[in-house]
Amino acid sequence: MNCIIIDDEATARVIIRHLCSSIDDLEVIEEFSNAIEAIKYLNHNTVDLIFLDIHMPDFTGFDFIDTLKNPPKIILTTSDANFAIQAFEYDCIIDYLLKPIKFDRFHKAIYKVETKAESKVSSATFKKEGHSSDNELYVNINRRLIKIDLSSIYLIEAKGDYIQIKTDDQNFMVHSTLKKIEDKLPTSTFLKVHRSFIINANKIIDIQDNSVLIKKDVVPVSRSKRSELMQRLNLL
Amino acid sequence: MEQPNLSYIHSMSGGDKDFEERLLDIIKHEFSKEKDVYFSHIESNDYVLCANHVHKLKHKIGILGLEKSYEIAVCYENNLLKGSTTEQDKFEVILKTMTNYLENL
Repeated sequence: MNCIIIDDEATARVIIRHLCSSIDDLEVIEEFSNAIEAIKYLNHNTVDLIFLDIHMPDFTGFDFIDTLKNPPKIILTTSDANFAIQAFEYDCIIDYLLKPIKFDRFHKAIYKVETKAESKVSSATFKKEGHSSDNELYVNINRRLIKIDLSSIYLIEAKGDYIQIKTDDQNFMVHSTLKKIEDKLPTSTFLKVHRSFIINANKIIDIQDNSVLIKKDVVPVSRSKRSELMQRLNLL
Repeated sequence: MEQPNLSYIHSMSGGDKDFEERLLDIIKHEFSKEKDVYFSHIESNDYVLCANHVHKLKHKIGILGLEKSYEIAVCYENNLLKGSTTEQDKFEVILKTMTNYLENL
């Protein structure tokens, strides 16, 4: 596992690097004294884990996370306990370490990162097999976690850095990717019919050539997905 | 008044003297700079910027094992963010104690 450290305090960076050296398969590949430099680095490189200070001048740790399309796992490091609740709003934040970081607490955080990676794999497998009992999804909109009943979703469309989730009652714009939400949805109900669209197969009204009518939306179906869609249908 | 100590640094180093020396050099250097910036902001009554530097200094207070002083720093940081300098005297005594300690290491 590789990681980077983002902290404007040199003392903190030295301590975290030293703590990382006590973990066999954890390598610090870069460290940054400000978030902007880290963003530039992440535009061209991928990492498994980030140790991120929340309290930095100009650009907070949370501002930094908000700029990332697909944030890796993050451990927050801070001298301020007041941000813990906000940290829970981010899926990517695995743990929250108070400075000065204690040796045992650091190891516990790394253990959480490792077990989270394992549980993510098993959870994805579970869902792919269609045994998931999750009926809802929480989305982060303006720092609020809003619950959406999965059965109410009829269409999800990629729109740049956002996805638009259309439900029976209302629409939501969420900062995420189609891939990320696809992994959270039961494959028995939802189908990606085009690189920009996921549909709820139970809500199809009709299919014509290479498009599907769902509610009032006409959705394109790519050639490669058409046969998969047709297999789902109970054709007479 | 509680006195600074190296318990945390020893617990981190596991006996690695090179690491202890390197960490202390960085702490001394950074502490001195942060303290100067803190006092310059106090002089210009810029309490929010002051709070930012108290926040950074707080970490070093914790590293030097000053648990009660850490609580005073937390309180002082919050006061500064509300525009109050309550606990300033106590905080600055802590800085003086740390300065003396680091200079004599």
